[in-house]
Amino acid sequence: MKYLDEYRSAPAVKKLAGLINQTTKSEWKIMEICGGQTHSIVKNGIEEIITDKIKLVHGPGCPVCVTPAEKIDAAVEIALRPGVIFCSYGDMLRVPGRKKDLLSAKALGADVRIIYSPLDALKIAEENPDKEIVFFAIGFETTAPANAASVFQAHSKNIKNFSIISSHFLVPPAIKFILESGINTVNGFLAAGHVCTIMGTEDYEKISVNYKVPVVITGFEPVDILTGIYNCVRLLENNQPKVENSYSRVVRQEGNIRAKKLMFYIFETSDMYWRGIGLIKNSGLALKEKFSAFDAEKKFNVEIRYETNSDALHKCISGLIMQGLKKPSECEHFGTLCTPEHPLGPTMVSSEGACSAYFKYKKINFNN
Amino acid sequence: MCLAVPGKIIDIYGQEPMEKMAKVDFGGIIKEINISFIPEAKTGDYCIVHTGFALSLLDEEEAKKVFEEFDSLNKDNLI
Ligand code: SF4
Repeated sequence: MKYLDEYRSAPAVKKLAGLINQTTKSEWKIMEICGGQTHSIVKNGIEEIITDKIKLVHGPGCPVCVTPAEKIDAAVEIALRPGVIFCSYGDMLRVPGRKKDLLSAKALGADVRIIYSPLDALKIAEENPDKEIVFFAIGFETTAPANAASVFQAHSKNIKNFSIISSHFLVPPAIKFILESGINTVNGFLAAGHVCTIMGTEDYEKISVNYKVPVVITGFEPVDILTGIYNCVRLLENNQPKVENSYSRVVRQEGNIRAKKLMFYIFETSDMYWRGIGLIKNSGLALKEKFSAFDAEKKFNVEIRYETNSDALHKCISGLIMQGLKKPSECEHFGTLCTPEHPLGPTMVSSEGACSAYFKYKKINFNN
Repeated sequence: MCLAVPGKIIDIYGQEPMEKMAKVDFGGIIKEINISFIPEAKTGDYCIVHTGFALSLLDEEEAKKVFEEFDSLNKDNLI
């Protein structure tokens, strides 16, 4: 397919890997933020074709992974109420809450439907006026505008039987959280191309100036990722902590102004719990008061109380993995007690979680 | 989750605000996509689509650049 295949070309990949290896003099730790990139890196064996002076670590950018177990409990509880049709992106169905996942709610008789777009949920609402349609609105900045559009349309068309559980996450506060942790070991970041497609580059320019760290915005295909790594290494070797856009075919400096506008018309920033990591200030999006009629937690009167991380009980180290401090293969449960069929922690639950990607694609050397 | 794929706009219809739609061709598979976030889109343009919404127009000039850079590095015998 045009604009896809050429970014997967083997000769281009080889050339770029060679270029990276020539340029790298010191040891660097580079974190890709986005789970989609993690998946692509592991699937395409990117780490294996570049010098081991570069260590790639995997950030917290998978909304399915970081949605708190308590939110999933609330989703399951609402889905099981009579008269509810519960709509969710497919990736969310098998993610365990503290007790159940949405798939087992479905097995118990709940009407849980997988949708591709938030507008599908709205359509279901229009077609089923006697039912309550609840949409599990998860996502980063990439997805938030589409989710916001569903609330905007429900509001303007006066669709009253539609509401959402908002589980949105913002990337820059998470990067700052990692950089300010006091134990940070990441030297440079690959920023998520589609998050920046919406938000633009401004927040990352501030991060790069304030924390003196290079940030390279890039896409998802092997050529994109290797170009991102190459540019990041070049900036690191030349001691140039700045932002570079290696995904300029899609990302504009200002982002998508209309999408941003709609997103902040419907939502406002709020504190958010990240599964495996904990509370990060101003890192989420909640419905504004004006749209509270579309807030499923209020409509169904479920109160979410966040507890100390229940995944920690299993000695799951996903929090450390998502901060770039450990790799999945360093977890004692990896591939034994913890597998994609039976995930113990957030980074194993979705195909974009680092543990799950390693489990599927990586040839692990268990001797080291 | 944040994956978004490129597709070619083959037909535009619907009204603003927030209901401007297009038929988008993803290598033979045609889908109906909301293009309210890129109202400047024209038939024949490529756009990047995520959860039923076009997030951005694909800049075809910029798309060539990365490969041109390759070629120039190649000429300098750097790779
Ligand atoms: S392998 Fe499982 S238990 Fe270990 S860090 Fe990953 S998700 Fe947690």
